[in-house]
Amino acid sequence: MLDVSGLTKTYRTGDKALADVSFSLPEGQVVGLIGPSGAGKSTLIRCINRLVEPTSGSVRLNGQELTGLGARDLRRARRRIGMIFQEYALVERLTVMENVLSGRLGYVAFWRSFTRRFPGADIARAYRLLDRVGLSDHVDKRADALSGGQRQRVGIARALEQEPELLLVDEPTASLDPRTSRQIMRLLTEVCRESRLPAIVNIHDVVLAQQFTDRIIGLRAGRMVFDGRPDQLTKSVLTEIYGEEDWNAMRRGAAEQAQAEADEAAQARALVTSL
Amino acid sequence: MTTYPTRWRRPPLLIRARPWRVVFWLVVLTYLVIGIGSVEINWTRVAVGLERGARFVSGFLQPDFSTRWRDISAGLIESLTMTLTSTVAGVLISIPIGIGAARNISPLWAYGICRSIIAVSRSLQEIIVAILLVAFFGFGAFAGFLTLTFATIGFIGKLLADDIEECDPKQIEAVRATGASWWQVVHYAVQPQVMPRMIGLSVYRLDINFRESAVIGIVGAGGIGGTLETALSRYEYSSAGAILLIIIAIVMASEYASSQMRGWLK
Repeated sequence: MLDVSGLTKTYRTGDKALADVSFSLPEGQVVGLIGPSGAGKSTLIRCINRLVEPTSGSVRLNGQELTGLGARDLRRARRRIGMIFQEYALVERLTVMENVLSGRLGYVAFWRSFTRRFPGADIARAYRLLDRVGLSDHVDKRADALSGGQRQRVGIARALEQEPELLLVDEPTASLDPRTSRQIMRLLTEVCRESRLPAIVNIHDVVLAQQFTDRIIGLRAGRMVFDGRPDQLTKSVLTEIYGEEDWNAMRRGAAEQAQAEADEAAQARALVTSL
Repeated sequence: MTTYPTRWRRPPLLIRARPWRVVFWLVVLTYLVIGIGSVEINWTRVAVGLERGARFVSGFLQPDFSTRWRDISAGLIESLTMTLTSTVAGVLISIPIGIGAARNISPLWAYGICRSIIAVSRSLQEIIVAILLVAFFGFGAFAGFLTLTFATIGFIGKLLADDIEECDPKQIEAVRATGASWWQVVHYAVQPQVMPRMIGLSVYRLDINFRESAVIGIVGAGGIGGTLETALSRYEYSSAGAILLIIIAIVMASEYASSQMRGWLK
């Protein structure tokens, strides 16, 4: 359970990135955060784990107030919050296993992490998660040897390795092709349902957000202008969030794409059965 | 229909007005002519110098390794020892200084202190430091070792700090978001990004230190440079030629080794 109230962020330059944002997130709910570039989506999720320091307001995770925590307590709080990034943000020169295990850094002492001697339970969990995201064969590969979709799967495994109470997801599909984007969104929503994990997914693609999330929050210039179910996201709401655009044409495009994808899958099946 | 020009020239970079450009180049040219005119050339000394040079070159072409081999090998071993020990010591000391001098991971006070250490080390040329340290600690390899260590700290410290500052901030942010401590962030997000270049730089510094050890030997800081100095002051050009050939061979070998190593690390 996450409670955000009156969250405001004013940058030193005077730019107001967030203005009085309040919402609360029950267990297991996946919320899509939409809005144009510069609306404050990234700032909002970074204010929650304080990678960006909020100017005022409160953030409570399962009862604990996160704003105002000292350095040590903040690190303890951060390990309860998993984060998944745009362009994966894996440490490229470390192996897949090391990247996943880095999700445990908040729990182990420096010397254990320095010598890579993680507790057995952590290693077992890492293997299980890599199996869950379908990367059992790539454990000892270096992260830079993987494709975009595979790297994002490692990113998801790293976040889950923390055994988080909340997932913050920053543009998970921004550098992926449409098909891989769907697979990643599907995987994300599945793992959230499996472990009743609340998640905030910051996402550009409105259609994808509508398809995969339980709830949508719309930001415009740092203010919340929409909060509701995906099916309540009408043309007039989208216009309020993004400004004028031909939304129906965009939806038709997406529908065509989904259709093409289905055709492709059917063809592949036909090919396999004919062999 | 409008016709577009078919010729285009890049506009001049610094001085836009043509007359000022002409004036500028005239001033440069005049200064150059006057400057060359003011150099006094004593042609008899040039002739003597050329003759001495010819003797030197002929000695160089008939290198004599055997007569002074004991001196040469002792100097060589001293130089190599000095090179290796000073590189290792310098690199070890420069790692914390380099980390402290990287603005993206260190607080301002540490940045200030570490950048000042680097600036002092870089602004003092090896020979000056060597003269100073020879005056402190007397002739010999110890002064040379300290000189090269001091120079290595500035070199590696600066390049390491700059390298850390160019790290991908996203990888650092991601590791920080897991609740990692500062040491863990440095070890998991920064070190993998800078390690290959760090090893490459250390190997490169090793071969710079060998070359420098030959130079600082001339001012009394031990090693092969001292042997070379002695040979030259005794007019033993064939021994000097041998020493130079050995220096060239070792520098080439280490150059080759370091480029191989940098290719191998990625």
